[in-house]
Amino acid sequence: MDWLTTVDHKKIAILYLIAGGFFFGIGGIEALLIRVQLWKPMNTFVTAQQFNELITMHGTTMIFLGVMPIIFAIMNAVIPLQIGARDVAFPFLNSLGFWTFLFGGLLLNLSWFMGGAPDGGWTAYAPLSSTTYSTTHGVDFYTIGLQIAGLGTLIGGINFLATIITMRAPGMSFMRMPMFTWTTFVTSAMILFAFPAIAVGLVLLSFDRILGANFFNVAGGGNPVLWQHIFWIFGHPEVYILILPAFGIISEVVSTFSRKRLFGYSSMVFATILIAFLGFMVWAHHMFTTGMGPVANALFAIATMLIAVPTGIKIFNWLFTMWGGQITFNTASLFAIGFVPTFVMGGVTGVMLGSAPADYQFHDTYFVVAHFHYVIVGGLVLGLFSGLHYWWPKMFGRVLNETLGKIEFWTFIIGFHLTFFLQHFLGLVGMQRRVFTYLPNQGFDLMNMLSTVGAFLMGVGVILFLVNVVITARKPVGVENDPWGDGRTLEWAIPSPPPEYNFKQLPLVRGIDAYWKEKMAGHKEMTPAEPVGSIHMPSPTIIPFVMSVGLFIAGLGFMFTTDDFGNSFLNFLFNNYIVVIIGLGITFGSMIVHSLYDDAGWHIEPEEIDGKGAEA
Amino acid sequence: MMKRWKAGKRLVPLFVGLTFLLSACGREDLSALRPQGPVAQGQFDLMKLAITIMLSVLVIVFGIAAYVLIKFRRKPGDKEMPKQVEGNHLLEIIWTGIPLILVLVLAVATVQKVFAYGENYWEDKDAIRVKVTSHLFWWEFNYPDYDITTAQDLIIPTNKKIAFQLKTADVIHSFWVPSLGGKTDTNTEGTINTAWLEAEKEGVYLGKCAELCGPSHALMEFKVKAVSQESFDNWVAAIKQPVEPIQDPALAEVFKTQCLSCHAVGDQGGPMGPNLTGIGNRETVAGILINEEGSNKPFPGKPVKDNLIEWLTNPQEVKPGNHMPSPKEDLGLTDEEIEGIAEYLANVKLNY
Repeated sequence: MDWLTTVDHKKIAILYLIAGGFFFGIGGIEALLIRVQLWKPMNTFVTAQQFNELITMHGTTMIFLGVMPIIFAIMNAVIPLQIGARDVAFPFLNSLGFWTFLFGGLLLNLSWFMGGAPDGGWTAYAPLSSTTYSTTHGVDFYTIGLQIAGLGTLIGGINFLATIITMRAPGMSFMRMPMFTWTTFVTSAMILFAFPAIAVGLVLLSFDRILGANFFNVAGGGNPVLWQHIFWIFGHPEVYILILPAFGIISEVVSTFSRKRLFGYSSMVFATILIAFLGFMVWAHHMFTTGMGPVANALFAIATMLIAVPTGIKIFNWLFTMWGGQITFNTASLFAIGFVPTFVMGGVTGVMLGSAPADYQFHDTYFVVAHFHYVIVGGLVLGLFSGLHYWWPKMFGRVLNETLGKIEFWTFIIGFHLTFFLQHFLGLVGMQRRVFTYLPNQGFDLMNMLSTVGAFLMGVGVILFLVNVVITARKPVGVENDPWGDGRTLEWAIPSPPPEYNFKQLPLVRGIDAYWKEKMAGHKEMTPAEPVGSIHMPSPTIIPFVMSVGLFIAGLGFMFTTDDFGNSFLNFLFNNYIVVIIGLGITFGSMIVHSLYDDAGWHIEPEEIDGKGAEA
Repeated sequence: MMKRWKAGKRLVPLFVGLTFLLSACGREDLSALRPQGPVAQGQFDLMKLAITIMLSVLVIVFGIAAYVLIKFRRKPGDKEMPKQVEGNHLLEIIWTGIPLILVLVLAVATVQKVFAYGENYWEDKDAIRVKVTSHLFWWEFNYPDYDITTAQDLIIPTNKKIAFQLKTADVIHSFWVPSLGGKTDTNTEGTINTAWLEAEKEGVYLGKCAELCGPSHALMEFKVKAVSQESFDNWVAAIKQPVEPIQDPALAEVFKTQCLSCHAVGDQGGPMGPNLTGIGNRETVAGILINEEGSNKPFPGKPVKDNLIEWLTNPQEVKPGNHMPSPKEDLGLTDEEIEGIAEYLANVKLNY
């Protein structure tokens, strides 16, 4: 019950981590089923229809329900600590964001049990995603589930923007913020602009499917290419929404374990903002073969290639952060070091894809599959593993096992390269993506088999991580403030795990890498910026949970409004929008209750603080 | 800076070697790395330029990374904090400037080729015009200048520009013949695309659908058959010859009512399904059941008649989700009738 009502950012972080991990597991199982089907030509392990459902759900789950929530978990756990805040700006909204994401995700996955998962690819191109060609409710689960889950992301993004703008500790100017806070800030800004696009697209597609609108229907005056533009105006920035936080994590980890400040901090900030800006300018490079004409193709090609420049700045800055440092090779640092070459490989193939005429050959082949897995798995997932190992002691007060961690790293990264490096060549020799099978002797057989072996190795790596988590959970809580010994940012100045209120007194920030600066000056802890006083805390509340349940019911009701259940009572309930009304009633009712009931929160008094210390 | 250039020179043999390595990859009739026409060749050249630039980037980054990781390991004696460096303007300008130059080099080549392949040859008198229409899950090829419609096997003369207009009859597909050139989407009415290809040598090139289009997306294959100008002219003449009807009157009636309502054979039949004229010596049945005759097959084929029987007995098993009614269950054909029709169709051949 405590967990259903919490508004504490550290607990919400753990909720995000568990839920995100759960969906990541589902997405991973889907990936392995895909690889089993493709391990030999003309395999019949799954049917063509099941395969298309698997690829659609694998992509959708991994992006929206797997890695994004884990990013949010780390952001929630770390950002308030890094900027010296006691919580996020809107704790109630933080909880609401989590619950809408969870119920949206559950709704989407319910499709497996309710007559067919979405099957139009994670991009759901019209007209394939229209009711004419996708006859199950799969795509409805996709549009409505993602709509609800996307609401959570948008709420989270806005919350982080407000938190970072308004709640930095005294003395922490923007140019003194840790790099992970910077990338979270820029990512949140991108969420603010990109997610409304997909929200609109999903509404239009739901209207086409459920209410018979004609936005993407040619016969009714619509245009399917419109969907591609709307989708990619969101979809391309989404890639940077995913990768920028990883950049932030790597910056923190590389700097800590080289015992050096980040090389070229201001150019890193500049590069991050530039990447975000260019990220919005290049969506049409996903559409070079759609037929936009040579002028548009040329412009989008050049804009795309330009992203290599700020990304290159980052790569060299990381290398030169390590240059002259004293590098420690533990698990967190191995994952960060493994990230650099792997991501560079994903980056260079990105530039190759940006060259439009060459993309006519690469597009929709395994070359693309290899490229974006190098970016998303080789970049983001390695970054996430690095971040989890790095901040695990701060979140849970226990250090993950190092020996197991290193085995994890090597199995995962070897498996990864085995799986995806070969796929570049599969694409070049003519294998399209999203094919459930292929004829033998086309030069695909051996590479596909090895690719499947690699995928299972990656699976072993992930399982080892889970084993590590379980083993670590048995250890007693309570490592020191700064278990790595070289922590540079504010989160390492307070106990692990932090008390409910994070900082007894808000710290005074006197430069970049605030905590490191104090340590170098011979201090054990931060100089406080305020006297010890009573700390205001928000009250726990069940309302966000109830609101999300309401949306879940409404979504389910909306989907089945035109169905015949062969049961007059059910038909009555669904066809008259009664279920929708009940669901929305719950949601709006909760909002009214929340507005009318004035909750002033509660206070932790100074005498309690001294007694409590690290437990909470 | 000098050192960098010297290192670059030493890499040249590597890139030459790489070219040979890459061009040995995959089947000649399928791989984008073994181009068989000017479009694919130009795209391959661009790929090689991009790969060369990108490999040089990789070598530099990996080199620095390896050096740093070996040189700057933390040793037990390292008690002092290393010197904290804020940054270095000169270095940062270098690694902003050099990538910018590399990108510009690639950008120039890219823009050149974008316009070259975006050229529309539809009005060119020397080009062969073909209207491509994609269907779930087959390809229709219409030659407006010759008044010919065929399916699955696209016959073209060598060393001539083939100008395409591409559209779809249902969902979006993508027309792709890797060894002749990159893909172009087939959009719905109102957003019709153009493209052009050219084959330098005679041969059969494998074509694929590259855009997810439903269950049998993986099986929506076609063949491009490049032949000499003389053979092409023969083919144009042969396909217009009347086709001998089925001898057995009962079977002819079944064929006419059940098959020709959708399919055309010669001058008879309807336009809904794939045109079957000349199916007896096509490369495949349904795009994926490979016929025995001919050369350079992905894997051993079967006699046309056997493939036709397999297809007609259970079309959903061969190509799930296709729109053909099941001859047995929906149309009520017996095994004997199916065999008779397969026998007949296997002999509908074109000499060219």
